[in-house]
Amino acid sequence: MDHNEIYDLLKMTFGPERILENCKTGDEKKGYRDSFILIAKDALPEVCQFLRNDERLRFNLLHCISGVEWPEYFESVYHLFSLPCKHRVTLKVRVEKTEPRVPSVTGLWPAANWLERETYDMVGIVYDGHPSLTRILLPEEWEGHPLRKEYEMPDHEHLREIGF
Amino acid sequence: MGVLQGKFEESVIVTSVDALFNWARLSSVWPMTFGLACCAIEMMHTANCRFDLDRFGMGVFRGSPRQSDLMIVAGTVTYKMAQRIKLLYDQMPEPKWVLAMGSCAIGGGPYYEHGYHVVKGVDLYIPVDVYVPGCPPRPETLMAGLMELQQKIRQDRVLRKKETTEEVA
Repeated sequence: MDHNEIYDLLKMTFGPERILENCKTGDEKKGYRDSFILIAKDALPEVCQFLRNDERLRFNLLHCISGVEWPEYFESVYHLFSLPCKHRVTLKVRVEKTEPRVPSVTGLWPAANWLERETYDMVGIVYDGHPSLTRILLPEEWEGHPLRKEYEMPDHEHLREIGF
Repeated sequence: MGVLQGKFEESVIVTSVDALFNWARLSSVWPMTFGLACCAIEMMHTANCRFDLDRFGMGVFRGSPRQSDLMIVAGTVTYKMAQRIKLLYDQMPEPKWVLAMGSCAIGGGPYYEHGYHVVKGVDLYIPVDVYVPGCPPRPETLMAGLMELQQKIRQDRVLRKKETTEEVA
């Protein structure tokens, strides 16, 4: 199935309130491979469960979870691939900057465990339902989330004071 | 030494204890297997047959800090790693030397301005004997640095009284 067919199937199943937008981007000759589907935050677990379990879709491989900061909101991006069906899809979820919380998908794909920890570490998106949401790359005592725009270089003297 | 020179048979060599100790030390500097980033690749090349670090008696890379004399800090030092480097350095037995290899270990290198997690020079944590610049340094450069280190060891005073700053001045 290509991107549009997957989008149509999702929209038919969940309706426009949960499947928000079909963003078609990328090169036409390559079949718009950069396209993504925008999902409502609360609908993410059930949409992901459907994507993984449905006979026509069978997305059994989670490639990547990444976090993006935009001026108005944070985005959590999911790249999915289906080994049996050989098709791929990209999902995006947008959250408020004041309260960046997204439901975890660790129950569906165990690979999400470390990927969500990394996104939490770098961008500061909190994944509700994650078994142990701690920093993965930086030391546990680190302050702030480095890939945020407002993040400032820490002072060496200050870091030595707090134990580095 | 001058008095004794030439008073024995030809098979007897007269030397000072310091010279003997220093010769033994500089001919068997065992480095620690310790690579942090891309500089480690150049360090491996230096150790292998093409450049052959064994010529200097330095090819014996040890897996434990307790058996090593030299720490080649080959690569980017992060704050998370700096604590471990300090611990490893403390575990090495005396006499011990440290060689900072590459721009990152010397002073943060390309991460100086925006690398929030990179230590701006490993000498903020442990004393460094030789700095080898480059990004990464070629094996020839590293070997030049190691020969500098040998020169440094050669001047070391083991049994004689240490030179103080007043004496030099």
